Amino acid sequence: MSEIAIKVSNLSKRYRIGLKEEVHDTFMGSIASWLRSPVSNYRRVHNLASFSTKGESDDIIWALNTVSFNVKRGEVIGIIGANGAGKTTLLKILSRITEPTSGQAIINGNVASLLEVGTGFHPELTGRENLFLNGAVLGMNRNEINRKFDEIVDFSGVEKFIDTPVKRYSSGMRVRLAFSVAAHLEPEILLVDEVLAVGDIDFQNKCIKKMDSLSHEGRTVLLVSHNMSSIQRLCVKVLLMRNGKIFKSGNTREMISTYYDSIGLNEFKFIINKKPADHTKRAFIRKIELFDHKGIPTAVFNRAYPFRVKIEYEVIKPTNNLAVVFSLWAMGNISVCKSFNIDNEENIREKYGPGIYVSKVEFPGKMLNFGIYSFNILLRSGRTLLAFSEKLNFTLTDSSSLPSTARTPKFSDKILLSLPLKWHTEKI
Amino acid sequence: MSSSSESLSQTIVIKPKSGWQLIDWKEIIEYRDLFYFLVKRDVLALYKQTVLGFTWAIIRPVFSMIVFSVIFGGLAKIPSDGIPYPIFTYTALIPWTYFSAAMNMSTQSLISGKGIFSKVYFPRLIIPLTPVLSKLVDFVIAFIILFGLMAWYGISPTVNIFFLPVLILMMMLTASGIGMWLSAMAIQYRDIPQGVGFLAQLLMYASPVVWPLSLLKEKFGESAVLMYGIYPMAGVIEGFRSALLGHNPMPWELIGIGTLTAIFLFISGAFYFKRKERIFVDVA
Repeated sequence: MSEIAIKVSNLSKRYRIGLKEEVHDTFMGSIASWLRSPVSNYRRVHNLASFSTKGESDDIIWALNTVSFNVKRGEVIGIIGANGAGKTTLLKILSRITEPTSGQAIINGNVASLLEVGTGFHPELTGRENLFLNGAVLGMNRNEINRKFDEIVDFSGVEKFIDTPVKRYSSGMRVRLAFSVAAHLEPEILLVDEVLAVGDIDFQNKCIKKMDSLSHEGRTVLLVSHNMSSIQRLCVKVLLMRNGKIFKSGNTREMISTYYDSIGLNEFKFIINKKPADHTKRAFIRKIELFDHKGIPTAVFNRAYPFRVKIEYEVIKPTNNLAVVFSLWAMGNISVCKSFNIDNEENIREKYGPGIYVSKVEFPGKMLNFGIYSFNILLRSGRTLLAFSEKLNFTLTDSSSLPSTARTPKFSDKILLSLPLKWHTEKI
Repeated sequence: MSSSSESLSQTIVIKPKSGWQLIDWKEIIEYRDLFYFLVKRDVLALYKQTVLGFTWAIIRPVFSMIVFSVIFGGLAKIPSDGIPYPIFTYTALIPWTYFSAAMNMSTQSLISGKGIFSKVYFPRLIIPLTPVLSKLVDFVIAFIILFGLMAWYGISPTVNIFFLPVLILMMMLTASGIGMWLSAMAIQYRDIPQGVGFLAQLLMYASPVVWPLSLLKEKFGESAVLMYGIYPMAGVIEGFRSALLGHNPMPWELIGIGTLTAIFLFISGAFYFKRKERIFVDVA
C-alpha cells in the first residue's frame, strides 16, 4: 500500500455562471423577448454544460485552477479560504460527485465523503428506516449497518423515537441521528465539508471529539471548515486556498494567521482599526487580542489555566462613564456571563478624553468545561451602546493530564462549568 | 467505493471522462444495498400517512376500469373481442398503470434525487432505475383484483401465463429505457417533466387499453399491426390479454418487434444517460 493517500495533479474545474437576464422596460420589448425566449432559453440552459474551445467568455469561472498537492496516509489536512475559493469544489471532485475539467486525482483506499449530515433522509420514514437508508447512502452495506445498529442508536440518544417518523423529530434529534450514522463510518479516507458547522455547540463539540478520535486511528482526513478553532485543533497541516488555487500550504497556525491577515482578521487578534464613518460615534474598538496564561497569542486554551483578552479602543469624543463589557456565550446563544470593567476595576476614571485606551480582562482557569465558546466586547456609556464586536470563538481543551481535573465531565454531559468546589468529608 | 472496513482497499483515479461510457454493472452490484434501500424508501414512503395505504394501488386501476367500461364499453360500444369490457380493459390497465407511473417517476427521479447525488457518490444509473422496481409493488397488488374479476366472469388463465415474466421484463426495459433518456434530459431541461405527464395521457390512447388490437387490423390491415408493434407497450398489453384471458393466440410478432424496441430503448438510454451523467451535478 502506497504511502500517499491522495495525489492531486493539476486539477481544474470550470463552471459557467448564468449571465444576468435581460430586463425590458417596454411592453413591446417584453413581447419580443417572450417570442424569442424559447431560443434564448435553450441556448442558456444548453450552455450551462457546454463550453466552446475558443476563447473564454466572461461568464466562465474557474472554480479550481491547476491545483496540485499530496496527502500522506494518516494525515489530517485542513482546507481553509474565503467563500468561493474552491474548497467545496475540490472536495466534490475528490468525492466523485462532479468531474474535473482537466487534471487528475488518485486516491488510494476507501473513501467516504461527508458533505452534509443526513443525506437521503426522508421525513415520512421512521428513524430506523432512515438510519439504514442513510448508512447505505454513506457507503455502508447492509450487514455493517445491522451490526452497528444498536451502537448508532445508542450514540444518537433517540432510542425512544427510533420508530417515529423523522418529520416528528426536533431538528436537534434529526441531526443527532444523522451524525451518529456518519460517526460510525470506517473509511480509510474521509472527506468532510463544513459538517462541523451544523447543530448547536454541543453537537459541534461531539463532532470534533469524533474527528479527534478518527485522526488518532490513523485515518486520512481532509477537512474543509471556516471554524478556525476546529481546524487548529484537528489539523497539522493546512491548505490555504484563494481564487481556485492553493495560495499556500504548511503549518496550521501559520496558515491560519496568513488567512486572517489577508482578510484583516485573526482568530486571536481581531482587528477592526477603522474609524467609523458615522461622525456621531464617540468610540470604536480597534483591536481584540487573546492570550493564554503564558502570554502567547492563541485561541485554544487549556481549561486549567486563565486566559486574557486585551481590548484596544479609541475614544473620539470625550465620554463619561465609559464601560467595557466582556460577554461570554456557550452553545451559540446561551449567555454564560457578562463582566463590566467598571464593576471590577479599582481606579476607574470618570471622564475619557479622546485617545487610545487598552483594557485587559482575565478569565480564571478551572471554571468552564472544555468546549467551544464565544465572546464579544461592547463599549457602553451609561445605557448607550457605543460600539460592539462580532462574536469571536475560542476553544478550551481538556486538561486530563492534570490530577486536579482528572474527572472532567464529558462533552455530551452538556455541562458548562467545571468548578473547583471545596469539599470536606469526615466520619461522624 | 463502499467505505466498509471489510471491503478491499482500492485505487480510484479521478479524471475527466470523454465520449461514450458502458454501464459498469460490477459497480451497480457493489452498490446493490443502496439500490435496495432506495427502492424500499420509495415503497415505504409512498403510502405513509394515508388512510387507505396500499389500497390506493387498487383504487386507481379499478376506477379507471369503471369509467372506461361506462364510456367506451357502454356508450361508445367499442368492441372487446367478445370479452366482458371491464375485465378486457382492466387486464390492460395493470401493465399500463405500472408503465405510466414508472415512466413518470423515473423522469422526475434525477430532479427529486438531486439532494442525494449532489452530496455523495454512487452510480447515478440507480436513480432512474429505482422507480422501475418500486412501482412493481403496486403492479403486483393490482393483480389481486384481476384474479377476483376472472373468478367472477369464470375466465381461467391459459398456459401462456408462464410468458408473463417475459412481458413484465419487456415493460420494465421500456420504462427504464425511456426513464434514462428523459431523466437525463429533465435534469437540464425542466420542460421534460412538464411534457411527460401529458405524453403519458396521450400514449394511453395510443396503446390498446380501451380498444382491441383486432380493431386496428380490421381498419388498416396486417402490416399496420406490425408497424404498430414497434411500440413495445402494444405487445405487452395484447400479450397480457392473450396470456390471461386466452381469447386470442399470443401476439408473438408484436412481442418480438416490441422486444427489439425495448432493448434498443434500454441500451440507447443507458448510453445517453452515461454520457450526460458527468454534467448532472453542474446543471441540476
